[in-house]
Amino acid sequence: MKFPYSFPLTRSFCTYLGQTAFLAGETFSSIFAGRIRWKLVVNQIVEMGFGSQAVVIITGAFTGAVFTAQTFFQFNTLNMSSAVGPVVSVALCRELGPVLTGLMVAGRVGAAMSAEIGTMKVTEQIDALRALAVNPVDYLVVPRAVAMLISMPLLVGECLFFGILASYFVAVSLLNVGSIYFLHNMWNFTHGKDIIMAMSKAIIFAILIVFIGCQQGLTTRNGAVGVGRATTEAVVISSLSILIGNFFLTIALNIIFPAGVR
Amino acid sequence: MDSHNLIEVRNLRQTLSGQEILKGVDLNVPKGQTLVLLGQSGGGKSVFLKHLIGLMRPLSGSIKIEGLEISRLSERELEPVRRKIGMLFQDGALFDSMTVFDNVAFPLRERGERSEKVIRDKVARSLELVSLQGQENKMPVNLSGGMRKRASLARAVISEPSCILYDEPTAGLDPIVSDTINRLIRRLQSQLKVTSIVVTHDMTSTNHVADQVALLREGRIHFTGTLSALHSSTDPVLRDFIEGRSHEID
Repeated sequence: MKFPYSFPLTRSFCTYLGQTAFLAGETFSSIFAGRIRWKLVVNQIVEMGFGSQAVVIITGAFTGAVFTAQTFFQFNTLNMSSAVGPVVSVALCRELGPVLTGLMVAGRVGAAMSAEIGTMKVTEQIDALRALAVNPVDYLVVPRAVAMLISMPLLVGECLFFGILASYFVAVSLLNVGSIYFLHNMWNFTHGKDIIMAMSKAIIFAILIVFIGCQQGLTTRNGAVGVGRATTEAVVISSLSILIGNFFLTIALNIIFPAGVR
Repeated sequence: MDSHNLIEVRNLRQTLSGQEILKGVDLNVPKGQTLVLLGQSGGGKSVFLKHLIGLMRPLSGSIKIEGLEISRLSERELEPVRRKIGMLFQDGALFDSMTVFDNVAFPLRERGERSEKVIRDKVARSLELVSLQGQENKMPVNLSGGMRKRASLARAVISEPSCILYDEPTAGLDPIVSDTINRLIRRLQSQLKVTSIVVTHDMTSTNHVADQVALLREGRIHFTGTLSALHSSTDPVLRDFIEGRSHEID
């Protein structure tokens, strides 16, 4: 019985998981109780969602383009160049789109969230909120969580759109794949459940990014050094959580939505 | 609970990083008076103050505000208690993403005030009280230390609390700005009739604002009494503190 408790790392990991889960529970309970400051939600959507568009569009477009080129070079040797469209679109929907968007947003938004809340923590601004009878979870975490849950699926959708658009441009204009073949095959092999899978992952990754970023910020200590550490940890932990979580999500979602079956 | 007291603290204990900071603090704060809590730096004064507004939970002991035991209330249950108390933090703790106006207006907006006219009038009155008229559009980063504290005080008093907690209000300020802050504390007490608790190690400030004085030493209240009782005391600990004498290098 003593085994897991004798390792400080195990204990701190369990504490961290518990605190993050507790924060998530408190946030969702506030959301369901209607304690949402919509003005702050809109500000956060502009900050997180609108501000992340450029990075997401560039990521999606160049991933689609390079993936198309690589797929074409391999498939062309087997005379299967018309399969480029569906391969790229299914891969983007099921894996690359949500994962790469998640990683980019974790780097941009997760870091900013953690740094902002962390600075507020070490400069007693969070204590000031509490002293003014304002719950910090309601004021800081709920708007970010709602904004993230709205923004992330839209950003993933945007990433997919520009990825497929770039793929079409590279395949048809640069690699001479027939436009009709590309579109017809892509349409035939890309199903609604692939989009559902992308959106499911987007929502799970949004939850991971927002709660890891906010938890890191809310537990920041030791001044500027602590803010730097919290920010780095927020990016590292949320990126790793996305990559590891993606594996388990892929397995689970493939059971729910098997590939190749309409 | 004595109805004469706004705050009653009994046997308050707290430990931080394995070190016992408060070892059983007993203190009464009478209504409408200014109590100055003296003590050395790092002696647990700010920790004590944070317990009075529920920002820290005691290890054991009792804290009663107007007869209500607050030490075991949840964050949400504490909100009505916090609405009656204003707090001035050591560095002001202004929200650095907002202008001075928005900082001072913040408690009103959060408490549901929708009329911008009412908000503007109340903010103007609060800023006038702390002599900060004309600084509404500045960001906290562009204010001096003294101005930040005054803006923070304006934010603390705008919702007309019955009690104000001051955490080192004159720390790090030059003597002239310190005097301004001391006069302000006095003015707020006479104009708003609030109960005040001032945590400080500044004897000049104590002499200006105190009705009652308490000395926190080694985690316990060593002395409570009036300002004149403090000055007439022959207790060597109090004499050392009043006269700023150290025996550590002798």
